[in-house]
Amino acid sequence: MNIFDRMMSLDRRWVFLFIALVCVITYVWPFSIPIRITEEVKAIYSFIEKLNEGDIIFLGIDYDPNALAELHPMSYAIAEQAFRKKLRVIFVTLSQNGPGMADQAIRDISDSVKLDKTYNGVFYPGREIKNGIDYVFLGYKPYPALVILGMGQNFRIPFPSDYYGTPLDSIPMMKGVMNYDQVKCVIDFAAGNVADMWISYGQGRYNFPLALGMTGVMGADYYPYLNSGQIFGIMGGLLGAAQYEKLADNPGPAIDGMRIQVYAHIVIILFIIIGNIGFLVSRRKQG
Amino acid sequence: MNGSRWTMIVLIAVVTLFLVSWAIKSFPSSGDTISWPSIRHAFFVTLAAFVTLAIFSFLYKDNPYYKFAEHLFVGVSAAYWMCVGFWSTFVGNLIPRISPGLSKFFGVPYKEFTFYYFVPLILGILLLMRLSSKAGWLSRWALAFIVGTTAGLNLIRYLRSDFISQVSNTFVPLLVQWKGTGAFFSDFSLASGGQFTLMLTNWVIFIGTFCGLIYFFFSKEHKGVFGAASRVGIWVLMITFGASFGYTVMGRVSLLVGRLTFLFDDWLGLMN
Repeated sequence: MNIFDRMMSLDRRWVFLFIALVCVITYVWPFSIPIRITEEVKAIYSFIEKLNEGDIIFLGIDYDPNALAELHPMSYAIAEQAFRKKLRVIFVTLSQNGPGMADQAIRDISDSVKLDKTYNGVFYPGREIKNGIDYVFLGYKPYPALVILGMGQNFRIPFPSDYYGTPLDSIPMMKGVMNYDQVKCVIDFAAGNVADMWISYGQGRYNFPLALGMTGVMGADYYPYLNSGQIFGIMGGLLGAAQYEKLADNPGPAIDGMRIQVYAHIVIILFIIIGNIGFLVSRRKQG
Repeated sequence: MNGSRWTMIVLIAVVTLFLVSWAIKSFPSSGDTISWPSIRHAFFVTLAAFVTLAIFSFLYKDNPYYKFAEHLFVGVSAAYWMCVGFWSTFVGNLIPRISPGLSKFFGVPYKEFTFYYFVPLILGILLLMRLSSKAGWLSRWALAFIVGTTAGLNLIRYLRSDFISQVSNTFVPLLVQWKGTGAFFSDFSLASGGQFTLMLTNWVIFIGTFCGLIYFFFSKEHKGVFGAASRVGIWVLMITFGASFGYTVMGRVSLLVGRLTFLFDDWLGLMN
């Protein structure tokens, strides 16, 4: 058996082992890699930066723990940016395992915003964000399409009370806030077809500015909506999250993860090349 | 040494490691005294680490630890989904509108009696008739309702967002800011917002869409100019699939990064 035959019959467990080794080494060895900002991510950051104190944004935490690694960094970076700018945030989740994700994100960001921080040269003193004043978490309701349509009429139709059981009418932040007309934009973090529903039933019906943060697997499928202007920004996978963290000057797990991404991709590409060389040479030998 | 003895040794080693990890994690690192919350937290973190490693073990070969983790995941997911569905849909939406007694029983505030909420209740019961061999046909009424409403809603959805908007977006000008050949070459720039780049983008959209559609047109044999356009269409499709595959690989590596972060940071505490 020559080297090309060995290439063709390489046990796939060697590939797993190499990738695992590279991932572990690059994870524990701290170094930075350059991250290039794309227009579609910058559009979301710039949109939020231009908003005024007290404006309301709507964040959809539509993912489960299995997409946490990709989507948590995005929701953390955007929510923290919003709270630092004293925007008000409505959280909602249309994913069954989403309440835990949203609740964890709100608690962690609340702790982070208490600290004094400087982002992009601007000093932000720590402050306490309060439920009902700085944010509202509406909770979860099944059947995303119907909930999205219902919220377009009035948030109180699908959510008469928030996640913690407080009626929306008695929440100070929700005074005069009826539907999407009162929010500046909707940003949905999605790990499934909820993103389609936000585009079709939400943006298509009520015409609000919509941006998407999504898993890498979904990324390529949604660029046509960006080109058609149905969404104004898109963050695809950990790369999108890393770009946003860089824009917000708030490095986190996404930027950390990118160095692993780069070297894992190099290993995968090398194995693809090795496999193809083996295949081509073997085929030539067979005539 | 036979296989069953090896299995027993590995099992004892795994259980021992689990217990040791649980015990070590139970002691707070800040020097505080051990408490019930820290013991509980340590148990769940250790269990999550064990289950993560059990899932990874499938990369070597199928084994009982992987099977255990897989079945645990499926069982817990199904149970969680059922509980959430029951409490948010059945108890949260239906009960408060049909029965004060049941509202009191489930501890949810009674709203007002709404007659038409019996419609989904009846359809739900009909759906369960599927379990009966004799009355199974009744479930078709509920299924017909589901299929009908989904088709109706999706017809509008696809027509507006995935058809009209997308088709209109492919009607792009092939000559952008065109002031003649001389002006084009004298002001030539490769900038992202420049005339050349905008025109190139629009030509790629036009040719890509046109050739992609030709590839799926089977009423004419793919040869000659038509065949060449069809082959360009294949290339466009392959590039699209390649981009999707690249994103998919990135997504899967991201999940691995997430698990590594959990193992090294939350479980082993090595990174902080």
